[in-house]
Amino acid sequence: MSHRLPEHPDWLWRTPDPRRSYDVVIVGAGGHGLATAYYLARNHGITNVAVLERGWLAGGNMARNTTIIRSNYLCEESAALYEHSLKLWEVLPQELEYDFLFSQRGVLNLAHTLQDVREGTRRVNANRLGGVDAEWLDTDQVREFCPIVNTSPEVRYPVLGATLQPRAGIAKHDHVAWALARKADEYGVDLIQGCEVTGFLRDGDRVVGVRTSRGPIGAGRVALAAAGHSSVLADLAGLRLPVQSHPLQALVSELLEPVHPTVVMSNHVHVYVSQAHKGELVMGAGVDSYNGYGQRGSFHQIEHQMAAALELFPIFGRAHVLRTWGGIVDVTPDASPIIGPTPVENLYLNCGWGTGGFKATPASGWVYAHTIATGEPHPLNAPFALERFTTGALIDEHGAAAVAH
Amino acid sequence: MLLIACPWCGERDELEFHYGGQAHVAHPADPEALSDGEWAEYLFVRDNPKGPFAERWSHAAGCRRWFSVVRHTVTHRILAVQSNHPTAADGTKPVTA
Repeated sequence: MSHRLPEHPDWLWRTPDPRRSYDVVIVGAGGHGLATAYYLARNHGITNVAVLERGWLAGGNMARNTTIIRSNYLCEESAALYEHSLKLWEVLPQELEYDFLFSQRGVLNLAHTLQDVREGTRRVNANRLGGVDAEWLDTDQVREFCPIVNTSPEVRYPVLGATLQPRAGIAKHDHVAWALARKADEYGVDLIQGCEVTGFLRDGDRVVGVRTSRGPIGAGRVALAAAGHSSVLADLAGLRLPVQSHPLQALVSELLEPVHPTVVMSNHVHVYVSQAHKGELVMGAGVDSYNGYGQRGSFHQIEHQMAAALELFPIFGRAHVLRTWGGIVDVTPDASPIIGPTPVENLYLNCGWGTGGFKATPASGWVYAHTIATGEPHPLNAPFALERFTTGALIDEHGAAAVAH
Repeated sequence: MLLIACPWCGERDELEFHYGGQAHVAHPADPEALSDGEWAEYLFVRDNPKGPFAERWSHAAGCRRWFSVVRHTVTHRILAVQSNHPTAADGTKPVTA
C-alpha cells in the first residue's frame, strides 16, 4: 500500500453554497476581503456575511506580493493607518492561533543621493513624532546591520545611509490568508470561491445585492475589495474611479542558505529584496507604465530590478531566477488608498492600495469593517475617502512613501 | 516588452516610448464654468477598461512625437496606431474624433 497518497488533511474552512441573502457581501477573498470579514465578526458581531471570490481564495495579489510589512510612511494619515496595521500584525498570530511566520527583521530604506538622505532623515523625524519606530543609519551602520549590502564608495550609486524601522519585517502571505479565512469561517462567514460578481441588484438608487455566476445574492450592504479589478466592478455600478490598473512584477531565486538578515529597499536603484523563510530571495520593483489586466508585465522591468539587485548585492551574482510573475495593482493619483462609502447607497469601496496593500491587510480590514458596520468611516480611514479628489485634500504619498511607485 | 509602431519611425521597442494614459481627453473648453466635481473628474478620473483601450504614447527616445494606440489591456495586443498628423505614415490614420 506504499503507493497510496496520505489522507487529505482537514480543510481549514467549509465550502458552502451561497445562501439567498446576507447582511454583508464582500467581493474579493484576498487579504483585505478576508480581514474585513474577520473584523466584521470579531469587532462588530456581524457574522451573516459572504465573501465572494471569482477565482480561488487569496489567489490574486495576496499570492503575488513580496510580503513586506512596515509603517514608516511620511504623511501622518498614512503612518497612523499603517502603524495601526503593524500593531495588529504583532498580535494576530496569537489571536488567529496560526503562526504565519511574522518576522520583525527590520526594513532598511537605502539613501544613494543627497536628496535621498534629506528625505530619509526627514521621514525618520516625522515617524518618531508620530510614534513610529525609526532610526537613521550611516554607511558603516548599514554595513554592520546588513553585511551583504555593497557599501563600497566605488559603485555607481554609493550607499550614503539608510532609514531603519526595526519593527518592520515580512510574513508568509498564504498563511496569513488561511489564518484569517479559518477564523472568519469559524465565526460563520461563508467563503464562496468560483463565484464571479457580474452585476448589482438595484432598488432605485440603492444596491440590494449582486448578480453572480452562481445566481443572484441579496445583500444589506455590498463591500468591494477587488484590488486591480475595482474599476471593472465599479463600472457595473455606474461608478468611475480615480484608479488605473497596472502590472507589477516580482521574482524569486532558487532556495539559498540564509544570507540576508533584513529587508532592503532602494528607491534610487529601485529594487526591494528580502529572503523568505524557506530560503528564496524575493525581489520586486516598479509597475509597468501602461494600464494592464494581464497579470504579466514587460521583461525590461525584470532586467532592471535584477541589475539593481546585483549592484546592491554582488553576492547574488551566481543566484538563478526561479520564477517571475505579475499581479494587477490599482493606483490612485496620490498613491493612497480609497476606503469608504460611495455615492451609491449600500455600496462600499476599498481599493487603490497600489503597490503596498499587503502590509495594510489587518488595518484595512479593521477600518473597512467599521465603515461597513456603522455606515461611517473609522477615524483612521476618514481622510482616505473618495471625496478627497474633489475637495483637494490629497494624501500625496508619491515619492513620500519610502518607495518609488 | 511591447513592440510599438511609431507612425514616423516604424516598429521600436517599448523602451523608447513614454506612456501618456488615456487618449482623447479634451481640456475643458471653459474650466471656470466647471463644478469642483467636474474639475476633479477631468483632473483625476480616467477610463480603466479591461479590454481595448485608446491611449497616448510618445516616442520619447526617437522622434519625440505623440500619437495614439488602441491596445487590449489583457492580451497587450496593439489593435491600431492612430495619428491625425499629415506626415504620419500611410495606414496609420484612422483618425477618431
